[in-house]
Amino acid sequence: MNAVAAEGVWKFYGDYPALRDVILQAEPGACLALIGRNGAGKTTLLRIIGGFSKAGRGQVRIFGNDPRETETRRRLGWIGHGISLYDELSAFENLSLFGRLYNLPDPRKSALEWLERTGLERVKNGLVREFSRGMRQRLAVARAFLHQPSVLLLDEPFTALDDRAIAVLQRLLREALAEGRTVVMSTHQLREALELATHVALLNRGKVAFHGERTVQMVDDPGWVYAHYDA
Amino acid sequence: MMPEKVASTTVVAGPPAAVSQPSSTMQFFRQTLVIARKDLRAELRTKEAINAALAFSMVILILFSFAFDPGEQETIEMSGGLLWIVFAFAGTLVLNRSFAREVPNDCLDALVAAPVSGGALFLGKALANFALVLAVELVSLPVFGIFYNVHWTGQIWSLLFVLVLGTWGLTVIGTIFSALTVNIRLRELMAPLLVYPMLIPALMSAMKLTMDLIGGKPLGGENEVWLRLLVVFDVIFTALSLVLLETVLVG
Repeated sequence: MNAVAAEGVWKFYGDYPALRDVILQAEPGACLALIGRNGAGKTTLLRIIGGFSKAGRGQVRIFGNDPRETETRRRLGWIGHGISLYDELSAFENLSLFGRLYNLPDPRKSALEWLERTGLERVKNGLVREFSRGMRQRLAVARAFLHQPSVLLLDEPFTALDDRAIAVLQRLLREALAEGRTVVMSTHQLREALELATHVALLNRGKVAFHGERTVQMVDDPGWVYAHYDA
Repeated sequence: MMPEKVASTTVVAGPPAAVSQPSSTMQFFRQTLVIARKDLRAELRTKEAINAALAFSMVILILFSFAFDPGEQETIEMSGGLLWIVFAFAGTLVLNRSFAREVPNDCLDALVAAPVSGGALFLGKALANFALVLAVELVSLPVFGIFYNVHWTGQIWSLLFVLVLGTWGLTVIGTIFSALTVNIRLRELMAPLLVYPMLIPALMSAMKLTMDLIGGKPLGGENEVWLRLLVVFDVIFTALSLVLLETVLVG
């Protein structure tokens, strides 16, 4: 069974089709890099996969289920454009909050563990509004991984990250992939993404222009897919 | 040119969700309390909405007391209207912030992505809002008594009962419309425009009952119909909001 499957997905903004008959799959343990130029539909597709909005036509399945089902949501991790953390709460309070919402057996222990794994244990009681951008991004990574999701959906995960946060995220993603989790990420940072990706999908004006395994050429020349498939 | 394949990736099954699940009802109430505590903690740290609502309430009550010089009977007759208009306007300042608080940093995405039912999310937010609005009202009542020389404590338990019912109605409508307008740029303007017309039945009931209680009439008898209207309003709109929040947020 595919971990993620988009089956003939269309999305309209008014009359404009932002996605046109998108068919994609990602098997468990795969890392699918969604690439494409600005406005190609990457974020729209990721938001439909994550259950934040509904497809106009077609459907998305996560392990065969609707993304809005409670049990499916428990298996999804999300990093979007914002950090999705509360400025008025401390790092520890933020992670404990999400630990409770995901009904983890020991939310406080999980929060402390992930603060340590992302190098934020020393500032665990600091309010997020006082954090630097890099610290906020690392905390967002901790939030997304906190409940050990089976599928990670990452929208431009490397954008605006400092070197340390990129290293933390890449390490965690490698570990997640080694454990059999599935990663779907949209990105413009081809070099970082292609190092991790097992598969690549190129979106062009809402349509899938290429979907296949990542190749050596793509790693050697990150512009290779654009050069060959982005008409 | 066809792409050259890299070494095939080992594909293994994704791990199951690493949590033990309590009963869905217990989980619903647990998540409701988590959301309510989070909202109260965030608000009490910044005090943005509650300070604005309290200040607004005090200013209006004091200004009106200087602007008019009513006799005792006139004060009783305007008490319900005055109090509930102040409560509704001050309450809107709190309620507008309810979902707007989730906009910075895209926090709403994290809540929508979490395995939290729309009902639990709504109820958690409504409970936090209810506590904040009720606190503003409980501070405002003694000020009203002092500046208008009204003995409002004569039927205090009945008055508190009406206050709770009216405030819950205000909170429910304010919370659901806060969710509905969360992605609208002019939400501070749109939310009150949508909320006040919806609140007319609840406000009319609460005004009439408050006026009667301050005037010395007990609950029941000729004002029972207003009490029933207020209860029915609360029940219907609470049930609708619990069911509709998910649709409001995700579509």
